[in-house]
Amino acid sequence: MNPVSGQALPPNLPRWRAGLLLGLLLITFAALIGRALYLQVVRNDFLQQKGDARASRVIEISANRGVITDRRGEVLAVSTPVESVWASPQDLEASRRQLQQLAAALRMDLSELKHRISDDEREFVYLKRRLPPEDAARVTALGVPGVFLQREYRRYYPAGDTLAHVIGFTSVDDAGQEGIELAFQDHLAGRPGSRRVIKDRLGRIVEDVESIRVPRPGQNLALSIDTKIQYLAYRELKEAVAQHRARAGGIVVLDARTGEVLALANVPTYNPNNRTSLTGPRARNRALTDVFEPGSTLKPFTAAAALESGIVRPESVVETAPGYMAIGRATIRDAHPEGRLTVSQVIQKSSNVGAAKLALSMPPERLWNVLNGAGFGGPTGSGFPGEAGGRLRPHKSWRPIEHATMSYGHGISVTLLQLARAYTIFANDGEIRPVSLVRLDAPVPGERVMSPETARAVRGMLELAVQPGGTAPRARVPGYRVAGKTGTAHKLQDGSYAADRYVSSFVGLAPASNPRLVVAVMLDEPSAGEYYGGAVAAPVFSKVVAGVLRMLNEPNDAPVEPLHLPADLPVVKEEV
Amino acid sequence: MMRLNLILLGAVIACALGVVTSQHKARKLFVELQKEQELTKRLEEDFGRLQLEQSTWARHGRIERIARQQLGMRVPEPSRIQIVPPPAGVSREAR
Repeated sequence: MNPVSGQALPPNLPRWRAGLLLGLLLITFAALIGRALYLQVVRNDFLQQKGDARASRVIEISANRGVITDRRGEVLAVSTPVESVWASPQDLEASRRQLQQLAAALRMDLSELKHRISDDEREFVYLKRRLPPEDAARVTALGVPGVFLQREYRRYYPAGDTLAHVIGFTSVDDAGQEGIELAFQDHLAGRPGSRRVIKDRLGRIVEDVESIRVPRPGQNLALSIDTKIQYLAYRELKEAVAQHRARAGGIVVLDARTGEVLALANVPTYNPNNRTSLTGPRARNRALTDVFEPGSTLKPFTAAAALESGIVRPESVVETAPGYMAIGRATIRDAHPEGRLTVSQVIQKSSNVGAAKLALSMPPERLWNVLNGAGFGGPTGSGFPGEAGGRLRPHKSWRPIEHATMSYGHGISVTLLQLARAYTIFANDGEIRPVSLVRLDAPVPGERVMSPETARAVRGMLELAVQPGGTAPRARVPGYRVAGKTGTAHKLQDGSYAADRYVSSFVGLAPASNPRLVVAVMLDEPSAGEYYGGAVAAPVFSKVVAGVLRMLNEPNDAPVEPLHLPADLPVVKEEV
Repeated sequence: MMRLNLILLGAVIACALGVVTSQHKARKLFVELQKEQELTKRLEEDFGRLQLEQSTWARHGRIERIARQQLGMRVPEPSRIQIVPPPAGVSREAR
C-alpha cells in the first residue's frame, strides 16, 4: 500500500484512457452545440414558421356599416347580422332524411338543394344567403357535416317605401347601390381589420401578437330629413296622385333658412326591404333625376329680373290686351285676355303675354343672370348620385321667341329640387343656399342673387296668387299667410308639345311673413279631368304646409278662420 | 461564495416562477377580455336589432292607423289650436 493519497490512480492504468474519455465528452458537447446552432440559426426560419402555423392565426375583424338616421335620430337604415348557409359538397355527408330536414330548415325544395350540392368537385357553394339567426340556428342543430354558417350583414329600412328614393339601398355585399347609401358609401362603410393572435390547443386566443390592420367601423349619418314631415308629404302626395290618376308625382319640402331637405318623396315608389318588384321607373328619384319644363312657376323670376333691372315697379302697368302677341312667326297666347295688368297681377293671374312683354323689355342677359343665379342649369349641391342639372341655354343663343317663352318657363328644363331651391331666394330676402340632404350643424353661408327689396316684392306677388282672384286659392292654409305660384305645362313629346298631357306643379313658401318652408309639388300627367296646377298641386301644398307648421309649433301670422271658398268664386285659370 | 450562489439560485427560481404565473394570469385575463369584447359586439348587434324593431313598431303609418281607427283620434281644427307665444327672453330653439 502506498501511503501517498494524491496518487489515486493505479499506476498500471494507461494514461490514454483519461484522454479518450475527455475527447469523447468534448465531441459530445461539440455535437450538441452544433445541433443547437443548426436549429437556432440555420433552420430557424423554417422552424419558426412551422411553430407559427400551429399556434398563430390571423383573424379578421369585421366592421359594421354605419346607421342612417333622420334629423331627430330616428333609425332609417341599420345593418343586422344574418347567417348565410354554405356547404362543401366534397365533405358533405348526409342521409336522405337529413337532406329532407335540411331543405325544410332552409325552406327550399329538396330537388333544388340536391341540384346545388350535386357537383362533388366544388368546395364552396351557397345554399341560402341571409337567413334570420333563428332559422340558421335550426340548420346548425341538424349537425350535418359539411354544412357551415357564414356571418353576413343585411340592411333593413324601417321607413320602407316612404323614403326609399332618398336612402337608396345596398347590394348583397353591403355596398351602396343607390341614393344616400351610394353617395356616402365611404362614410358609411366600415373597413374590416385583421390581427395576428396565438391560439392554444383548445382554440382559445391566448395572446395578441400584433395588429395588422386596425378596423374602422362605419360612421353614422344623420340626414336632414324629418320622418314625420316625410310621412305627411308622402301620404298627401300619394293620395293626390291616386285622386288625379297621375302617372307620377314628386314633392320636396325645404327648410327655407338652411337649405336642408326636410322631406323628399316620389310616387310611384318601392319597398327597399323587398326589391323583387323593383323596376327602373319605380327606382328613379324623379324629384332629382327627371327634368321637366316648369311653365308658369318660372314667371316670378321674370318679374324679379324686371324689378332688378329697374325698368318696372310692382304697380307698373303692362298691357296684355288683346291676349296674344306675335313674335316672328310664333304667337304667344293668353286663353283668358285680361287687358291692363300691373306686374303683380301678371304673376297673380299668370299671364303669358304679360310675362313675355316683361322679358322682352330687357336684354336676354338680364333674365339669364337671374335664372342662372337661381341655380337652374346647374347642380343643387345635394351630392345625390344621378342628379340632373337641367338645361338653361346660354343667353347668346336665344332667339327672340325663346327669349319670350323662357319668361313663362318653356325652353328651359329643371328638376323639382332645383325649383324648390330657387324659391328659397324669395323666402330668404334674395339669398340662395346649396341644398343639403345631410343635417347641418352650422348654417352654410348664402349667396346673394338679388336685392332684398326685389325678393320681398316678388314674395308679395306670390301671396296675391293664392288669394281669391289668383290662380291658386286652394293653396291657402288656415291661420297662416302663404305665397306661391302654380305651373301647368304641356309635356314635351318627341320634340313637340302634347296637347293633352300636362305637368302640374305648385311651388310655395310659408309663412309668408317670415318664411320657414319652401314646398314644391309636381304631378305628372294628371288624367282625371283637372290638370291645372292650382287644382291639382296646390291642395297638396296646403295640406302639407298646414301639417308641418303645426309640427314646428309655428305661431300663426294670420287670423284663424275657416277658409271658405265661395262656390261661385270665379276660377282664374292660368295660361298653359 | 457558496452562499452567494445559493442566494442567486433562489432568486433565479423565484423569478422564473414569477414569470410563469404572471404569463398565466395575463393569458387568463386576455381570454376574459376576449369574452367581454365578444359580448360588446353581440350587445351592439342586439342594440341594432332592437333599434330596428322599435322603428318598425313606431312607423308613422302604423301610429296614424291606430290613432285614427282604434283610438278614434283626429287632428284638431286650426281654430281649436292655441299657440302660446314663448315668454320674452326664451329663444325659439330652447323650447
